[in-house]
Amino acid sequence: MSEIKTAPKNAIEVRDLNFFYGKFQGLRNVTMDIAERKVTAFIGPSGCGKSTLLRTLNRMYSLYPGQRAEGEINFYGQNILDPKQDLNLLRARIGMVFQKPTPFPMTIYDNIAFGVRLYENLSKTEMDERVEWALTKAALWTEVKDKLGQNGLSLSGGQQQRLCIARSVAVKPSVLLLDEPTSALDPISTGKVEELVHELKADYTIAIVTHNMQQAARCSDYTAYMYLGELVEFGETEQIFFKPNKTATEDYITGRFG
Amino acid sequence: MEMNNQLYTKRRVTSMLGLVFSMSAMAVGLAVLLWILYVLFANGLSALDSNLLTSDTPAPGTEGGGLRNAIVGSLMIVGLTVLVSTPVGILAGIYLTEYGDESKTAELTRFVTDIMLSAPSIVLGLFVYAIAVATVGNFSGYAGSLALSLIAVPVIMRTTENMLRLVPGSLREAAFALGAPRWKVSTFITLRAARSGVMTGLLLAVARISGETAPLLFTALNNQFFSTNMGAPMANLPVVIFQFAMSPYDNWVRLAWAGALLITLTVLVLNILARVFFRDKVSA
Repeated sequence: MSEIKTAPKNAIEVRDLNFFYGKFQGLRNVTMDIAERKVTAFIGPSGCGKSTLLRTLNRMYSLYPGQRAEGEINFYGQNILDPKQDLNLLRARIGMVFQKPTPFPMTIYDNIAFGVRLYENLSKTEMDERVEWALTKAALWTEVKDKLGQNGLSLSGGQQQRLCIARSVAVKPSVLLLDEPTSALDPISTGKVEELVHELKADYTIAIVTHNMQQAARCSDYTAYMYLGELVEFGETEQIFFKPNKTATEDYITGRFG
Repeated sequence: MEMNNQLYTKRRVTSMLGLVFSMSAMAVGLAVLLWILYVLFANGLSALDSNLLTSDTPAPGTEGGGLRNAIVGSLMIVGLTVLVSTPVGILAGIYLTEYGDESKTAELTRFVTDIMLSAPSIVLGLFVYAIAVATVGNFSGYAGSLALSLIAVPVIMRTTENMLRLVPGSLREAAFALGAPRWKVSTFITLRAARSGVMTGLLLAVARISGETAPLLFTALNNQFFSTNMGAPMANLPVVIFQFAMSPYDNWVRLAWAGALLITLTVLVLNILARVFFRDKVSA
């Protein structure tokens, strides 16, 4: 059997993106592609703009007056920075998981169903199936299947974070944005979330911000190294970690800086 | 390890002094409270009999009597107030945190609310007298509820706002990240996360208005007879206490004490309920 290697299709294309927090410029001329059904990691020291970049991809910044983006972000050809873009629909298609687990103050079942009910009218059976499906995807089903009626806050930190992932997966988005999803978790939970990322990329395009270099190396296909709001280097993870083109990247990765 | 004895002694003395001062301050506060309760019970218990709930306020010179009309009137006036001011206060609180935030309108609303919170209740009573009693030509239970609402709404609004502010921004973002519209995020997620705090505010507002006398003097006035017509003058506990306590009749004075005890116990229960609600929130 011969393998045909084709260039991956891009889910998101960022072009000349500049971002401003009021007068402060958080991103400078960022241009990069996020490939479909691959994991793209953003690394770099604190304040380098990696989370900012992630938060432009679902227009999360639009919640806050005074923050604005210039340039283009094409999501399957459609510029989502367009002021006419429907933000709720966009966020239903580009899901996000945050640094700290944020279960909603309701039952485990309703945590999952809340997002689904926003855009789909499912029967009770269909909803039950969807909840099971999402929790299975997030490797949480076996742990919670007997306590779906319990409050989401009663779970452990690691379980809460997987619940949040399940919640995002349940609405069947095409892209998942993960903002340091494991920084508040213990090593075992971290391992589970990483495995999950690996499995989820079969169906979803994933962008992950991480402070943990090993994590980027372990679970991503592409890596972007950012510094002071600029994209310093972007390429296949293997290349970035083993043969970086720029000394700045090498210094950061090898721990001489950062 | 060598101990600096002088420094240690000094610290111990300061600590003792601090303890003595704070304990005596607490003792004074507690003593006054217990004294009030003691006087209330001593005078009010004797009037607590079955007639209290079954008979109406007695005419001058007649024996016995109870507070039935005043209790029912108070319940109706306060009940209507809660019915009106709960949605207004909560929705306004949601507006302040989730929609208005730092806009000019929101700032103005906050400023006006703060003035309302500290406005003497007699002023609110006079205001309602001018717009809802003088113009209509008669005192009414509705006017009483309106006056009490002016006191309750700012309290509910501000506590709702403060409780919603305690909800972490990350929870809001997480809901927005699923594509939820703002009104759903506000009602299903934020308000839900703050619900026990909001309930606490509500109970405290009820406790606050159930003893207010001044706003009712000019609005609901009083009624010697049993009446459930809110369009007419209505008996209510605070005004009955006010009138009976200063009367020359022994049974009136006793009824005033009983009414005072009744209100105090209600407020006490409401405060305890509020604490229970808030404790649940903290442990959750």
